[in-house]
Amino acid sequence: MSSPLPAETDTNTLNSKKGEKVKQIHGKRIVSAIAVVFFLAFVAPIILAGGKKEAEPSRVVEVFGAFVDEEARRFEEAIQPFIDRTGIEIQYQGSPDFETLIFVRAEGGNPPNITALPQPGLMKNLAGGGHLTPLWPEALAEIDRNYAPVWKDLGSFEGTPYGIFHRVNAKSLVWYPRKAWEAQGYEPPETWDEMFALMDEMVANGHTPWAAGMESGGATGWYGTDWIEDIVLRTAGPDVYDRWVENEVPFTDPRIREAFEILGEIWLNPDYVYGGTQSLLTTSIPDAPLPMFQDPPRAWMHRQGNFVTGFFPDRIQDNLDEEVGVFALPSINPEWGTPMMGGGDQFVMFNQGDTPEARSFMEFLATWESGEAWARSGGALFPYVNQDLSAYSSELERLTAQALVEAEVFRFDASDLMPAAVGAGTFWAGMVDFVGGQDLDTVLRQIESGWEQ
Amino acid sequence: MKGDSSARKGSTFLSVPVVAIGRIAASVFVPIVAFVVLWAGFIFLRDSEASRGVIGIVAVVWGVGGVIGLFVIANWLVEKLPVLWRTRIQPFVFVGPALVILGWYLFLPTVRTLYLSFFDARGQEFVGLANYIYAFTNSAMIESFVNNLQWIVIGTGGSVGFGLLIALLADRSRYERVFKAIIFMPMAISFVGAGVIWRFVYAFRPAGEAQIGILNAVTTALGASPQAWLTIRPWNTFFLIVILIWLQTGYAMVLISSAIKGVPSQLIEAGRIDGASEFRVIRSIVIPHIMSTIVTVATTILILSLKIFDIVFTMTNGLYGTEVMASLQYKQMFRFFHYGRGSSIAIVLLIAVIPVMWYNLKRFTEREAF
Amino acid sequence: MPAETKKAKKLYEAVFVNSLLILITIAWIMPALGLFVTSFRPRDDIFASGWWTAGSQIERFTLDNYRQVLGGRDFTFVGADGETVRASGDNLSRAFQNSLTVTIPAVIIPIFIAAAAAYGFAWLNFAGRKIFFTIVVALLVVPLQIALIPILQDYQALGLTGTYLAIWLAHTGFGLPLATYLLYNYISTIPKDILESAFLDGAGRFTVFIRLILPLSVPALAAFAIFQFLWVWNDLLIALVFLGANADVAVLTQRLQSMVGSRGQDWHLLTSGAFVSMVIPLIVFFALQRFFIRGLMSGSVKG
Repeated sequence: MSSPLPAETDTNTLNSKKGEKVKQIHGKRIVSAIAVVFFLAFVAPIILAGGKKEAEPSRVVEVFGAFVDEEARRFEEAIQPFIDRTGIEIQYQGSPDFETLIFVRAEGGNPPNITALPQPGLMKNLAGGGHLTPLWPEALAEIDRNYAPVWKDLGSFEGTPYGIFHRVNAKSLVWYPRKAWEAQGYEPPETWDEMFALMDEMVANGHTPWAAGMESGGATGWYGTDWIEDIVLRTAGPDVYDRWVENEVPFTDPRIREAFEILGEIWLNPDYVYGGTQSLLTTSIPDAPLPMFQDPPRAWMHRQGNFVTGFFPDRIQDNLDEEVGVFALPSINPEWGTPMMGGGDQFVMFNQGDTPEARSFMEFLATWESGEAWARSGGALFPYVNQDLSAYSSELERLTAQALVEAEVFRFDASDLMPAAVGAGTFWAGMVDFVGGQDLDTVLRQIESGWEQ
Repeated sequence: MKGDSSARKGSTFLSVPVVAIGRIAASVFVPIVAFVVLWAGFIFLRDSEASRGVIGIVAVVWGVGGVIGLFVIANWLVEKLPVLWRTRIQPFVFVGPALVILGWYLFLPTVRTLYLSFFDARGQEFVGLANYIYAFTNSAMIESFVNNLQWIVIGTGGSVGFGLLIALLADRSRYERVFKAIIFMPMAISFVGAGVIWRFVYAFRPAGEAQIGILNAVTTALGASPQAWLTIRPWNTFFLIVILIWLQTGYAMVLISSAIKGVPSQLIEAGRIDGASEFRVIRSIVIPHIMSTIVTVATTILILSLKIFDIVFTMTNGLYGTEVMASLQYKQMFRFFHYGRGSSIAIVLLIAVIPVMWYNLKRFTEREAF
Repeated sequence: MPAETKKAKKLYEAVFVNSLLILITIAWIMPALGLFVTSFRPRDDIFASGWWTAGSQIERFTLDNYRQVLGGRDFTFVGADGETVRASGDNLSRAFQNSLTVTIPAVIIPIFIAAAAAYGFAWLNFAGRKIFFTIVVALLVVPLQIALIPILQDYQALGLTGTYLAIWLAHTGFGLPLATYLLYNYISTIPKDILESAFLDGAGRFTVFIRLILPLSVPALAAFAIFQFLWVWNDLLIALVFLGANADVAVLTQRLQSMVGSRGQDWHLLTSGAFVSMVIPLIVFFALQRFFIRGLMSGSVKG
């Protein structure tokens, strides 16, 4: 049955015909191999182990956040005055996978000193898990001095303040290609009706009013929730908005349903949106404004937060003030005026990272000084009431910052305030289904079902 | 004579315990030294601030040398045991290290997950089977069962089928290396890169505009209107599975190809001399010979498609009816912070793989070992 | 069969085989070609026209994307004195070194452990053999996300977090089920008579492992080494959790990912970055491909 094995065996792999010999040779080699290995593994460390890690955690504050690269550089630039003054080293780490990481690190017992949370929901989870240090009197004094009260509330969990807001954004803004508008004689509308009149004028001229896209990878859907929030604020007012965030007003409520219907008048009308619903669903958020800057423009307006300027083509970014105009999304019900909706990063401190240095850095973040340099280099808005608006690098940013600080009503992005299972779950999915043509009542019931979880 | 003999006896009498003690001492001493050495390496690697290169080299030596050293020492100790015990214990010298590491990194966390799956969102209150009832009744989960089944059947079938086809063809081509390298290339592209690639394949621009996605460029060139491919139910899951096949065929091909290289050429030549057609040679000589590799490759890709996550998460976020189990698990765990549900879905995944385990175990049991 | 027809038949076969292969590889290469072309185009062009039309604008191709990826991006700051300062981001060379430091030990360490375990499962009888094997297969399906928090807690207790050792061990642990399973498959196909005769000749189990199993498994070891290399090289999650995002230790994937910007708008950098990160894995593939050789066991098979 078996061939005469040793004779035919490949000599390279089995160059010995006797097991005994195999054993001997192998034994000797192994012994010398072990000797070498042990020498290296044992002696090398002793020779090399000159620098044992003697970390000095006391003068270093580790900060972890979601913003990276260019934004991280600007943040580092902005906090330089603090470093120069105190000699404390700030180590900033950023990662786009921040959401997952901060949670794993907190639960795994390895949190940074301070972290910048883009969503209040994350803050509530970490505070609820007992990971965070409540703000102390000195920090609270800075907050009371430098911020409108709404920011203190937004940084609080169950009545205890934890978070200090730094860079924020304003989302209820509509952007347009200024030169093309001037050539056509279009004027920014003041009311919702004027806006619809303008849209119809555009359609009559053969133009498509809106550029829009909601694809955002693992976060697809948020662009739609922003629109709904803006409309709810304008039709039902801030009180209903606040109760909606708490689910005291459910999604199936007629007032919320109305907001979807109003959005549907724009989004589901193929004349109003560039590329119709297919394009709306599949165009990514950064690509969405680009049709405005084609020649001639394929679309004439785009509603997005102030961070949108970073997505504009380079030639537009270089001449922002000449090329781009902006107006606040108009009022619908005059009773509620023109409220501003937005978001922002809040800094919180972990119990395990509670050091005097971390505390003084937190207090620094509560002052305009920590934002001034960033405002000068562009790409960020700050909420400080006592900020110097002339520091902003462009007229456009100055105006949005002013709109943000002076808005009679400011509300935080509702989907970020709702539990993630709704705000980053069924609400996102519901927006996509709504655009995809599903029946509105089914969509609303589906979104509402997220609350039961 | 008598004294002589007794003296000799005495020396034997004395030397036995000395040798025995020596042996025992050595048996204790050597492992202790080994342990100390490994520990020193561990501390060095943990705390050293030497340059990366040095640490890297020490790590390889420590890791590989440490493992070999432990094997040799453990084996040396076991060899001293009586034969019966030796045959019983020696296999653990081989499988032990892997079992210990697996136990720590994966088995214990799995047990913890099983435990957490009976608790509420924060893992504090016992909720019985509530999370499992959720997992089997939630509409997104039910949708994901159907989708995962498609992933398993089409994804595994496609990757293994193409991998086998290419491996067989390439084996007969002079340009084997070039072809194999091209098919392999997608594996080398990071997942972020692959995501971009496929966005460029499925990209949508409204009719009348220049298409930047190749699929829509072809569609419009043929006179049809452009499509938003990833939103078209139920075909969008298939479009996502294509990405998996594109990525994983290289994996199947490499393994199957190396198994084909293991088919003895005498067998193939013998078949050819007998006048069998090339197709017959493949079917009745090559395929049976590489069957176990095909099963292995299929098993691993099947498991991969069962826990497929990143393709769905980054391309569609599970919207438009493309949701799968692993992305729901991820969302529950890291986005909605519901430990209990996230854990229960992980356990459901584990249960879903039972048929595969059973099949592999059946083949495993049929084996004879020494 | 006359030699002529035989030759003709061979030629037909070669033509058929190669044209089929060319068709398949074209399908495979098409998406990647798009990536490749895109990586040379200016940012604004990428969205203006399809990559396949870029041939007509070849004069617009630029190496600037690669320059930015390798050398770091340019930013403009307005300094405290009101002057505009141009600064460059981190370059990739440190990230390259970090990635290599992470990857090489994380590939080599598990191979030996897995090969030994595979040998044990394939050829040795021991108590609990079946149940342990079942567990190994079952662990293939465990999503590694569930292990992150418990392992991080253990690492905290051991003071391992943020060290290379932490990530080598983690990759070893998470790579082991597949390594063991793949190598088990290969090692179990080694013809029994080879081992039998070695044992009859008095070789111990250990000797057989070192002198027979390992050399005979070279193709499988090489194949697994390639895969493990790819996973570790392209891994992001494990590196972020156990090594951290600090620039001193950040690996290539982290640097590339953060270069894309917080909202993923910079496709021109993403595409060139994807090619930069592909270089090393492809070199490894070409280097190890030569171990996929025919006939390692050929002399020793039942005839």
